[in-house]
Amino acid sequence: MARIFIKGNVAIARGALDAGCKCYFGYPITPQNDIPEFMSRAMPEAGGEFVQAESEVAAANMLLGAAACGIRAMTSSSSPGMSLKQEAISYMAGSELPGVIVNMNRGGPGLGDIGPSQGDYFQAVKGGGHGDYRTLVLAPGTVQEAYDLTFLAFELAFAYRNPVLILGDAIIGQMQEPITPSKPLAVDPFEGGSWRLEGARQREARILKSLHLTDGALAGHNLKLQEKYKRAEKEVRFEEFMTDDASLIIVAYGSIGRIVKSTIRKLRKEGYKAGLIRPVTLYPFPSQILKSLAEQGKKFLTIEHNMGQMVEDVRLSICGLAHSAFHGQLPGNLPTPNDFEQPIINALRS
Amino acid sequence: MHEILAYKSPSLLADIPSHYCPGCHHGTIHKLVAQCLQELELGDDTICVGSIGCSVFIYNYILLDTVEAPHGRAPAVATGVKRSRPDKFVFTYQGDGDLASIGLAEIMHAANRGEKISVVFVNNTVYGMTGGQMAPTTMIGQKTTTCPGGRCSDREGLPMKMAEIMAGLGGVSYSARVAVNNIKNFKKAKKTLKQVFEIQKSGKGFGFIEFLASCPTNWKMTSTDANDRLKKEMIPFFPLGVFKDLQGESK
Repeated sequence: MARIFIKGNVAIARGALDAGCKCYFGYPITPQNDIPEFMSRAMPEAGGEFVQAESEVAAANMLLGAAACGIRAMTSSSSPGMSLKQEAISYMAGSELPGVIVNMNRGGPGLGDIGPSQGDYFQAVKGGGHGDYRTLVLAPGTVQEAYDLTFLAFELAFAYRNPVLILGDAIIGQMQEPITPSKPLAVDPFEGGSWRLEGARQREARILKSLHLTDGALAGHNLKLQEKYKRAEKEVRFEEFMTDDASLIIVAYGSIGRIVKSTIRKLRKEGYKAGLIRPVTLYPFPSQILKSLAEQGKKFLTIEHNMGQMVEDVRLSICGLAHSAFHGQLPGNLPTPNDFEQPIINALRS
Repeated sequence: MHEILAYKSPSLLADIPSHYCPGCHHGTIHKLVAQCLQELELGDDTICVGSIGCSVFIYNYILLDTVEAPHGRAPAVATGVKRSRPDKFVFTYQGDGDLASIGLAEIMHAANRGEKISVVFVNNTVYGMTGGQMAPTTMIGQKTTTCPGGRCSDREGLPMKMAEIMAGLGGVSYSARVAVNNIKNFKKAKKTLKQVFEIQKSGKGFGFIEFLASCPTNWKMTSTDANDRLKKEMIPFFPLGVFKDLQGESK
């Protein structure tokens, strides 16, 4: 396939199209508007449906409806809009419906700003809405990865009958890079033959719901969900960079992970032994690799574009086995590799 | 002795005891929905979008492929279903708190887009399942657990007339209000519901039907008094009739 030069937002939209997405439901919010704009043309051309919903609430519920039919469908938004989508995401998790939801994280809380931020980490990986559930979360660090992970998002959503989040930010969404697209997938127009809704012709009616009122039913349902999340642990993905001889492991994801990589390259030339673990799946979290690195006596530094969220999962993973520092980047700016030099040197010296 | 089969329950209706209170109209409306779907031979290809309220268990009574929508979101969920499966018959079944309060944005926009779905709206002027709180359709002076002195227009505004509101939207092909408080109205209601379903069946767009319904439990009345109230208080304020019929106009 020929290389193409595109924005991260468009890469996700194009990725969804090539992964067989047939319905897209969106609502305008910066910095993800390229996704609905692309889809408004691409979906009808692909014989699919594009709806500009009246709200993020409605867009997420349209996704729920499409998911119930076993069709590949997606919605996208940015932080304030993601808060509104959480109701439907919780119902989808409870009803075991597959769908892809993109969050191009911007600064918060509240209206915040439209710049890059990783302030939605907790919302993304800890469930986000009400109830004891999880969504699988994929965090691209490049535009190519944004494209590729969209394929994976659909695959995982249907494999686990669960909502899958793609967590980018204003950097990933607005950055333009060359990528190599894949061959478009030929997927069945309707998947989930054993559970999708299509009219109860010659069979028992199917009910997709999250309400379980009879004695013990909800406990049983929750147990089933937890077993599913356990099964999904094998989907963990991360990038490991120069960790073998490193005395300090930096943990950073998404755009920040990539910027930190540049800092490490520079510091390596000056003799600083730093390495990187960049989680690609934020849920499931790459706990095992962090624990085994901690057992090797390495120190840790978590760098995030927030004031400390993923660091809690890093510390849970390493179980107090190693020293664990944190550097937080405040929202509202675009960090450069230079911004992380001193924090890394300080952590190496501590 | 010669026996005549006077009534046969539609096979789409489950033969189970009802959880609805005595005198509640949901059971009657469920039956009408099942009858009309069956008579139009739609049952095999129908996807029902349930909602939150007393009718949340609709899937226990009408044996259809069903998805449960969050409170008020049924028209958005139905949009997703119908856009994915334009070949299927899709309807929502919603109460007044669900449709006219928390879900007002979803119903207005699904209607205005002219989604090719049918909406069955049951207006009994209270939140039933949660114990009789004030709804957007609660009548002026009507006492509920959250307007114990009676609804006051200065404080809580006037009851919303959804069938008329729907008729004013461009995307709506058909909007009507019916009741099932007596045989005459019941028969009219069935005819109207069938028309609403036929509009979708023929691909003509969005159809809306409002059922005036009683809630004896939360109105704190006997079933017969509740039917009486529906006739004497509700119908004068919420008139029965067809407010829009694009299909009829084009004939």
